[in-house]
Amino acid sequence: MHDKIRRGAAGLAALLLAAPVWAAGAGAKSEPKTVDPARDWDHLWNEVIVDITIIGILFAIVTAWFIWQARRRPGNEVGASPKLSPASAVGWVVIPIFVFLSIDLYTAANGWVLWNTFRDVPANRLEIKLEAGMYSWDYTYPNGVRTQNELVVPAGTPVVLRMTSRDTLHSHYIPDFRVKEDSMPGRITYLWFNPTKPGEHLVTCAEYCGVMHGYMAGRIVVKAPEEYAAWMKGEETSLAAATAPAAVPATATKPAKTAAKKT
Amino acid sequence: MNLKEWIFTTDHKRVGVLYLIGSIAAFAVAGIMALLMRAELSTIGPTITANPSQYNVWLYTHGAVMILGFQIPALTGFFANFCIPLMIGAKDVAFPRVNALSVWLFYVGVILALLTFFIPDPPDVMWTGYPPYSTITTGNTAMYSFTVLILGFASIIGGVNFLTTVAYMRAPGLTLNKLNIFVWCTLAAFVLQLIFVPVLGTAVSLISMDKYLGTNFFDPTKGGDVLTYQNLFWFYSHPAVYVIFLPFIGVVYEIISVHARNAVFNYKMVVYGGVGGIVLLAGEVWVHHLYVSGMADWLRIGQMVTTLMISIPVGLMMIGLIGTLYKGSIEFNTPMLYGLGVVFLFLIGGLTGIPLAVPSLTIGVSDTYYVVGHFHYVMAVAGTFAIFGGVYHWFPKMTGKMYNEFWGKLGFWLTFVGVNIVFWIMMDVGVKGMPRRYYDYAHFPQFESAHQWMTVGAGILAIGFALAVLNWIFGAINGKPAGDNPWNSPSLEWSTVSPPPHGNWPSPPSVSEDWHPYGYKKG
Repeated sequence: MHDKIRRGAAGLAALLLAAPVWAAGAGAKSEPKTVDPARDWDHLWNEVIVDITIIGILFAIVTAWFIWQARRRPGNEVGASPKLSPASAVGWVVIPIFVFLSIDLYTAANGWVLWNTFRDVPANRLEIKLEAGMYSWDYTYPNGVRTQNELVVPAGTPVVLRMTSRDTLHSHYIPDFRVKEDSMPGRITYLWFNPTKPGEHLVTCAEYCGVMHGYMAGRIVVKAPEEYAAWMKGEETSLAAATAPAAVPATATKPAKTAAKKT
Repeated sequence: MNLKEWIFTTDHKRVGVLYLIGSIAAFAVAGIMALLMRAELSTIGPTITANPSQYNVWLYTHGAVMILGFQIPALTGFFANFCIPLMIGAKDVAFPRVNALSVWLFYVGVILALLTFFIPDPPDVMWTGYPPYSTITTGNTAMYSFTVLILGFASIIGGVNFLTTVAYMRAPGLTLNKLNIFVWCTLAAFVLQLIFVPVLGTAVSLISMDKYLGTNFFDPTKGGDVLTYQNLFWFYSHPAVYVIFLPFIGVVYEIISVHARNAVFNYKMVVYGGVGGIVLLAGEVWVHHLYVSGMADWLRIGQMVTTLMISIPVGLMMIGLIGTLYKGSIEFNTPMLYGLGVVFLFLIGGLTGIPLAVPSLTIGVSDTYYVVGHFHYVMAVAGTFAIFGGVYHWFPKMTGKMYNEFWGKLGFWLTFVGVNIVFWIMMDVGVKGMPRRYYDYAHFPQFESAHQWMTVGAGILAIGFALAVLNWIFGAINGKPAGDNPWNSPSLEWSTVSPPPHGNWPSPPSVSEDWHPYGYKKG
């Protein structure tokens, strides 16, 4: 008899624990063509919000109904809550634990899948170095081009920021891409996003960094690939013009031109 | 009644009342800070101050004083002092003089916190005090460190005192399974304080040592590490959320079972599953405050699971509360309205925390108004409603007089409407991208009308809270006599006269075998 109950309970437990993992796995199999963390974020966010809204409304209705039913009135001067038998007292602990735990693990499994999307940077990425400071965002492209508070990127190429800070904590937050990560002195952190369409996106600081924290803003300008190439060529030329005379005055233009050709 | 008697009192009830007066004063100051911030944010650009530093000082004071000067002292100072010895049938606490020391230290801490307004470079490090900013700012970080250390020390000696009191001074026949839920909750909160406050003390000491004494704990150019502080800080400050949550939900259990005249549903589930479960999980979830701060990935994923598992003990405590309402006999008086208010506010606050347990969702909304709205619902507002309800609930015992029911209810409804306007809108603009701790939101002009609605809501809830405090003051001066047990509760604190004399009972009480603090009987 006891063995049967134990085996039944174990089976139930296994089922409840396995179901969310399976459900999350089933979702992961239909791999989309382009990886877009922001789109996946919206999807999971909406799903979780719908779930908690349903749970919340159910709880609230039950509670409101209990309260209304139990209002004090003639003939109801003292409460009459049922006395629980030991078995039902234990049941009221074990069953909710399984229900809550299965919701938790389902959420966790989905969250983990999305987490991997946010942390696994695609191989065809554009690597940008970011140094944050009070109060600006300083970007450095792989070819040495530098911009401040404005990052120009080509549409369709994933962009990864390798971030550090020269003074206090900052957090590079791009609301449109649903992503942020702190930067700090002494460590390199990263985030990536996938700009699919040309456009402009706000960048704002999300970690308290000092007096002008609220004004530490910038933008990400997504250009069509050919426009981006043209812009980059212009930047390279002006970079070469700016750095070359100081370094080696006579032959400065040659290496800069070859560098521009390579891109 | 003379002042000297009150200042040098060792009577736990008077110590409790001193804690209440100090913490309500702190609440008023921190509340005014909130109103100033809301006024500033009502338009884009400078509104009432052109100096962002001024705004940051308000923000620092609001957070630090609400948590360290109001909620923790009101719950583990006032309620614990006033109720625990009465609930367990003790004459006083185990170490009455130590108890007096703890309330003095609390006042020193509050005065130190209020000096913020009078010193030249007030602290502007937020209540978290993160380095490197806290070690390079011109603001006075030492002030922050010492305020935290003194209030922490006050809390630790309070913890030792109450654990000893409950262990050794229970009335004959009062076994552990007959303790009020509030007593269990507060004991658990003190256990957490004793374990984790020293970590916070270490953290805030180290930033002051870095800033003033030339050490380099958090300076990476000299071998330190910035993230270490955040780990130490949240290793205390997440359990601190339960140091607030446990006593306030304990207060709500007392309110709801008394005014529904109903036994607590599944007492052992609440105590061992709910309170015990929270104590077990409290120290394993701090990384959810650091989901976007550059922690190791495995730690973020691991603590996502532990954080989600918090829903189990908290869910059991909610089932206990709602079960206590079931088939009760509910009277909708002021304390009960606050108690029921907490159930709904906490439901919203708890559920909106679920997405924040998931690092991949937090990466989008961390450090936005969504987080601010969430933690105000779950801790700030729910906790404050419990404190206000609790003061109303034990008001007849404290003063022997009755508060005014009409003004009490009006105050409740104003605050209830006000907080929902403020914090619901706050969560909404947060999801749309509004970051927290902004003096100005010039690059989010689309949120101006939402900010104005929040300012209106803040004004409404401030009127509600002010009405409640005025109601207590007038009630204490010339309320109608309340009698010893106006709620007809079998719980021990109602068995003595109101207000209880020094020593609480003429002769020490004992309880019979069939007695239970929630044993309501017909007739």
